[in-house]
Amino acid sequence: MPVQVRIPTPLRKFTGGAESVPASGTTVAAIVQDVESRHPGLKERICDDAGKIRRFVNVYVNGEDIRFLGSLDTPVKEGDEISIVPAIAGGTSVHAGA
Amino acid sequence: MVRASPQASRLADASVLVVGVGALGCAAADALATAGLGRLSLVDPDRVERSNLHRQLLHCHADLGRHKVESAAERLHARHPTLALTAAAVRFDAANAAALVRDQACVIDATDGIATKFLINDLAVALGTPLVHGGIVRFQGQLLTILPGASACYRCLFGAPPEDGSVPSCQEAGVLGSLAGTIGTLQAAEAIRLVTGTGALLTDRLLTYDALAGRWRHVRLRRNPSCPACARITSPVAVRAGNR
Repeated sequence: MPVQVRIPTPLRKFTGGAESVPASGTTVAAIVQDVESRHPGLKERICDDAGKIRRFVNVYVNGEDIRFLGSLDTPVKEGDEISIVPAIAGGTSVHAGA
Repeated sequence: MVRASPQASRLADASVLVVGVGALGCAAADALATAGLGRLSLVDPDRVERSNLHRQLLHCHADLGRHKVESAAERLHARHPTLALTAAAVRFDAANAAALVRDQACVIDATDGIATKFLINDLAVALGTPLVHGGIVRFQGQLLTILPGASACYRCLFGAPPEDGSVPSCQEAGVLGSLAGTIGTLQAAEAIRLVTGTGALLTDRLLTYDALAGRWRHVRLRRNPSCPACARITSPVAVRAGNR
């Protein structure tokens, strides 16, 4: 069973609306690269130009923040769940359009 | 209405500051008032626009052009005449934060805009006032309670604001109206638990709600030992049993 990557709603335009996508790899970096190969554009939303996780995006392996594990080198194994949690801004305002 | 009890008394004696009287703020303010909060302060510099009306439930057509804090206070007073209300049509900032936060049991961040959320976090943490963070966009909601110096703050979680425009606001991206009601009401519930000393708070864990999948999730948070906002706090807010 591959790793499952949970996609937050703001980034689902890159996955055709899929809430979760499978990916293969032995580290978070490899997973991100694999996801990018299947869903182009997603990596840029997660990583900056230097290839590091953006400051306003957090990545979790089985609910643990990878910053406290091994960052992009954090090992993953089959059956793990990776969650991408971006900062979201809204609160007061309104327009439909979503 | 909470029935007479020590918790109800604590709520009736407490004051909560709601920053932002839009979709989240209307839901949170009304829920707090309905629960029996004693004093409620509202801060928002904006005026009511037509596009606000179908989600910001304390404003109506007759309020178009009025300050949101005025229309919200008027509606809350009509429903809850014993609630003590303070309304300030100003932007919450470093210059007025200390005065606005003074004597508040907690601050509810119901604003729209990522830079503002970092600012409110930093000011509330510096002033040692608990903060209930809420964020919504499109179909995604987030909720987190911050006890300054005792639990992870918003800057521990996300570090620094992104460049302008890279994280869309509700105004830019849209939001499901009922999601605002869900998260705003949950912010009120956090504030009520905090004020009354009941239950466990959403500290050191971020609650996310995916309104498309109907899925709730928690992720664990940790304080950043080098967090520029909270690492140097020497008098942490007391953490009750059950919060960790």
